Amino acid sequence: MLKYTEDHEWLKQDGDEITVGITAHASEQLGDVVFIELPEVGREVEAGEEIVVIESVKAASDITAPVAGVITAVNEDLPDAPGAVNDDPLAAWFFRIRPTDADLSGFMDEAAYNELIG
Amino acid sequence: MADLRRTKLYDLHVAHGAKMVPFAGWEMPVQYPMGVMGEHQHTRAHAGLFDVSHMGQVILRGEGVAEALETLVPADILGLKQGRQRYGLFTNDTGGILDDLMIANKGDHLFLVVNAACAEQDIAHLRQLEARGITVTPVTDRALLALQGPQAEAVLERLVPGVAAMKFMDVAEFDWQGATLWVSRSGYTGEDGYEVSVPEAQAVAFAGALLDQPGVAWIGLGARDSLRLEAGMPLYGHDMDAGTTPAAAGLGWSIQKVRRQGGAREGGFPGAETVLGELAEGPARTRFGLRPDGRAPIREGVTLFDASEGGAEIGKVCSGGFGPSVGGPIAMAILPAALAEGDTVWAELRGKRVAVTVTALPFHQPSYKR
Repeated sequence: MLKYTEDHEWLKQDGDEITVGITAHASEQLGDVVFIELPEVGREVEAGEEIVVIESVKAASDITAPVAGVITAVNEDLPDAPGAVNDDPLAAWFFRIRPTDADLSGFMDEAAYNELIG
Repeated sequence: MADLRRTKLYDLHVAHGAKMVPFAGWEMPVQYPMGVMGEHQHTRAHAGLFDVSHMGQVILRGEGVAEALETLVPADILGLKQGRQRYGLFTNDTGGILDDLMIANKGDHLFLVVNAACAEQDIAHLRQLEARGITVTPVTDRALLALQGPQAEAVLERLVPGVAAMKFMDVAEFDWQGATLWVSRSGYTGEDGYEVSVPEAQAVAFAGALLDQPGVAWIGLGARDSLRLEAGMPLYGHDMDAGTTPAAAGLGWSIQKVRRQGGAREGGFPGAETVLGELAEGPARTRFGLRPDGRAPIREGVTLFDASEGGAEIGKVCSGGFGPSVGGPIAMAILPAALAEGDTVWAELRGKRVAVTVTALPFHQPSYKR
């Protein structure tokens, strides 16, 4: 079951790690993605910290860490093929994080997220 | 968006799924469902249709109208032949640029197209010419469409026989189903194409007839910007403004010899001394193309330095983004004129310096029909 943030990220729990990407709605809003800069593996991050730079043909924006924790992996294919975020946003994951607190119950489920984006 | 104006084609844009945004006091389509990248590529490969009705259309009439306009514009207007169009600038007393515009000689009058954001100010500026017996008439009952791309000629020729014979920067009038079209072979994309002024009453039908042709799609302001950036064309308010001289903006070519120092009609326009002096001696700064290393775009406002660490600030990016046809980030900036093609400068991006190669403009070679 995916969870969602108000910043239009999807979160997938994989054991003690969370995989993070952006939603189809977010990728549509961004437009064609042309550049992605990912965080370093091993970096300790705070919740809300801007850790990914994503630029579309239209503008630059940031993706924040949904929870505090340590980055355990990044999608190395993404910087060379940023368009994957538009083609298949659910497959184009950005990073994995091992959270300090693994409880994701505070995040939205799909129904709540769909209500948010109307 | 209550105070924003809408073009006659507003409903048609919405029907085609356009995302409408405020632009220069108008509600304009920034993109359609194809998306900016797709629309850009479509224009380079087929034919893109742009609603540019927000731009100001103005007619100047009267005895000596060309000489009169030369008091405001440093281009050679007197030498502009009937049926031809030329790019020009309005300058101010300090040699800065008030706006850029197209000037067409239509025989018994001049037809101007000016930027939407500057239109009101330009018309007020032009009214100075009334003292010389010139009438200034804003055209308020016509839409303006641009059809751009390698298929533009074939498409428009099917609807408006005769346009294929026009050459780059020719202007002519044609009939389309009883409506008089004012057609120029020009544009703002680096592609061959046309700009067509059409009476508002027929604008929707004419746009519909174009869209019914194979290869034609609506293109929004987003792709218009990336197309013009690849073509190395400056955008008023970004790559030039009231504090930028023609030479600094890289637009010295729009001032013909006859208006320069030693020319038969030297000067006689606002800021002439500054503008012509700079052209004769060479400007301290001028506009360059930039290609950043890597994939990160450097956008308007990004600061440029002459060293990878420390060093001096040498300018800011005035237009920048991703060039879909180039396949990478591109930008323009006004930098010290001593720089040369192939030199490296550095952009400060998110606290890091990125190497940027100084390049010639344009990034994408135009395909005009000369």
